[in-house]
Amino acid sequence: MARMAIVPLSRIAHARSGDKGDASNVGLVALSAAFYEVLVREVTVERVRRHFAAICRGEVERFEVPNLLALNFLLHDALGGGGTASLLTDAQGKTHGQGMLEMEIEVPEELL
Amino acid sequence: MKTVRIANGQGFWGDSVDAPLHLIEGGPIDYLGMDYLAEVTLSIMMRQKLKNPAAGYATDFIDFIRRALPQLVEKRIRVVTNAGGLNPKACRAKIFEVARELGLQGFKVGVVEGDDLLGRLPDLLGRGHELRNMDSGEPLAPRVSQVTSANAYIGARPVAEALDGGALIVLCGRVTDTALALGPLVHEFGWAEDDWDRLAAGTICGHILECGAQATGGNFTRWWEVPELWKVGYPIAEVEASGAFVVTKHPGTGGMVTVDTVSEQLVYEMGDPKSYITPDVTADFTSIRLTQEGTDRVRVSGITGRAKTPFLKISASYLDGYKAAGQVTVSGPRAIEKARLAAEIVWKRLERAGVTFAEDDRVTELLGVSAVLPGILAAPSDPPEVVLRLAVRDGDRAKVDRFGKEIAPLVTAGPPGVTGFAGGRPKGQEVVAYWPALLAREEIERTLEVSVEAI
Repeated sequence: MARMAIVPLSRIAHARSGDKGDASNVGLVALSAAFYEVLVREVTVERVRRHFAAICRGEVERFEVPNLLALNFLLHDALGGGGTASLLTDAQGKTHGQGMLEMEIEVPEELL
Repeated sequence: MKTVRIANGQGFWGDSVDAPLHLIEGGPIDYLGMDYLAEVTLSIMMRQKLKNPAAGYATDFIDFIRRALPQLVEKRIRVVTNAGGLNPKACRAKIFEVARELGLQGFKVGVVEGDDLLGRLPDLLGRGHELRNMDSGEPLAPRVSQVTSANAYIGARPVAEALDGGALIVLCGRVTDTALALGPLVHEFGWAEDDWDRLAAGTICGHILECGAQATGGNFTRWWEVPELWKVGYPIAEVEASGAFVVTKHPGTGGMVTVDTVSEQLVYEMGDPKSYITPDVTADFTSIRLTQEGTDRVRVSGITGRAKTPFLKISASYLDGYKAAGQVTVSGPRAIEKARLAAEIVWKRLERAGVTFAEDDRVTELLGVSAVLPGILAAPSDPPEVVLRLAVRDGDRAKVDRFGKEIAPLVTAGPPGVTGFAGGRPKGQEVVAYWPALLAREEIERTLEVSVEAI
């Protein structure tokens, strides 16, 4: 068994987020093909739901974009009504990408 | 081999006023795309137009024209924009007025109309188009009296038609952001209406460009690696007839164009990556190949697409009550406890006055204590100060205004160290909410009009 290290996602990926109605979209882009495999395995819908538990009140959807080494997440009901109706400071989910990168995941040490 | 250089100088209304000038002056470009319309901007323009029939377009665009027109005319740089808003013909008249002031002539301005559906709503609903909200599934009819604007997203064809007619500037209303790039490409290369792969390539080109500096180092995760972000170069695509293109920026500008900066922009506001639906094509983001071809040059190729859908997206806005937000700064020691007490005081005083808000219609945020990413970033236990931000919304404007009067008293009738209350009492503002829907495309396409006029 490979030795595993626990690191924040920011060690192995980039992220950018924005809004789609009352959902936020968080795109995660791995820094290498090997790290993309880690993303696919570790950053599950369930992990993301738990990570954003205090923010996302609806479902989480995940899409794979292997050619860009990317995963795309939609966090439904995460913007307090979205757009102009929201009362939140971050009504457009601009910070959710930065938040995603704080998630701690297991990565084989040899890849780091 | 012919390549067409398309730049984007305005990612949204409020973006840098100098960026488009730097694009014009910093090196060769053929086309300049400018986006001025957020989802509810048209609602604001509708109000302006009701007050003044000559208003209802993006006046910032005229400021740009005043500065840029001599160079646009001289260099034959063509501008495609949605700045026409709800009144592109009035916008054109204003451009001609500015041209006369500047002593410029010998160019044409195109106008695309037919996206504005507000006046047609009773007819459309009456004929059985329900215009159901794409998010909630509700039909529009019960809310139709609250609707303040309704526009269809128009694709690239009418933009190309205006360019075919010789327009130096093309003024649209609610055109898709991606059509600001695809329109010129259809015009230049004559891509057929069912050439799905090339149309998808031009669409994805538009997606990369549409948020300006977000493709060239702005909003980039590894921000500390981005050189001279203060003078970031806005993005330029050099597009070939095959649909393949290189994303780059002018030499000497800040920022950077790498596979990473372009990838981040590609996933921005993404839904299902296999189906990026526009009026022109359904583009497949899982087909994109990115290659770093040189410094600040990323080649984008391999893109495929599928047939367009029978529907166009409608973007309507409607009045949905009122909201207000106010904030004060609370110093330490014990800043968090004092801010929490201050919030409790406001809500209790309002309750005593008979003004209550549903749980979902009021927000208490302690900025500086993990307000935007609760549960993710650890909050400091005893920060030297916090900003307390309170916000409410309600259908009753009087209640929202009453809330606005309860912030200032915290300064003298709250805990000590409350400051930073400036700008007067927050007043209730109308909530202009967004209503996305679908409509059969022939309803819109048969009423589209393109007109090109010369000066």
